[in-house]
Amino acid sequence: MNEMTIDATVENIPAVTAFVNEKLEELNCPMKAQMQIDIAIDEVFSNISNYAYKPDVGPATVRVEVDNDPVAVVITFIDGGRQFDPLSVDDPDTTLPASERRIGGLGLFLVRKTMDEITYEYREGKNILRIRKNIKKSLRTFTTSDVPDTGTETRRGGKLNESD
Amino acid sequence: MEIELKKDGTHLTAVMHGRIDTSTSTDAERILIPAIEGIDDLVLDFADIEYISSAGLRVLLLVFKQMSAQGKMKIINVNEVVREVLDITGFIDIMNVE
Repeated sequence: MNEMTIDATVENIPAVTAFVNEKLEELNCPMKAQMQIDIAIDEVFSNISNYAYKPDVGPATVRVEVDNDPVAVVITFIDGGRQFDPLSVDDPDTTLPASERRIGGLGLFLVRKTMDEITYEYREGKNILRIRKNIKKSLRTFTTSDVPDTGTETRRGGKLNESD
Repeated sequence: MEIELKKDGTHLTAVMHGRIDTSTSTDAERILIPAIEGIDDLVLDFADIEYISSAGLRVLLLVFKQMSAQGKMKIINVNEVVREVLDITGFIDIMNVE
């Protein structure tokens, strides 16, 4: 399965991250891109957890897909909580002195800067946020638009092998 | 979140491990904030930090503000991903990052 549905709580972020990383490792995703994606998951899922259903808890679905041209990982976050377009938020001021710095807004700003594309739509009562990260040349051969079900090699803690 | 604290008088080196994200940042805060009491020279060693998210930046900012009032602080051994996060958010302009 390339998607999971789980309660949107911050306690579930590690489970979502592990789920996505498993798919990324099957794809031999470069380590840097994987860490950027992990950060994006932390930002997006914590946002859903903290705002979508408060004070209640509700479900979120996370789907992982792979695109071929250009090679990219596409992760879709779907929740049925209150409507919120994260792309409507103004960029934070990153030039303020430390005493005036705020953290609010920095997370989604990071996601916007490190992912290659972010789209948002609100459809049939659902917030649908999609992030795309292009992966350069290090994806091994695959021909379908799906994540392969069986990865024969995983990469743990090692350096990215760009020559693959 | 695992943090090794190496204290030498009023100097403290905190060797941090893993990820500083939503799940671990409260632990990091709980360990670091009391640890820097009375410290005037703080080094955060990020050699084993994989990445930091905005939840981690919140803790960095808390620590930085406290250290600004009582001494100095620097972050060493940041990897490419951490440096990018500090760069995008402008933290690299206010903090001493090596």
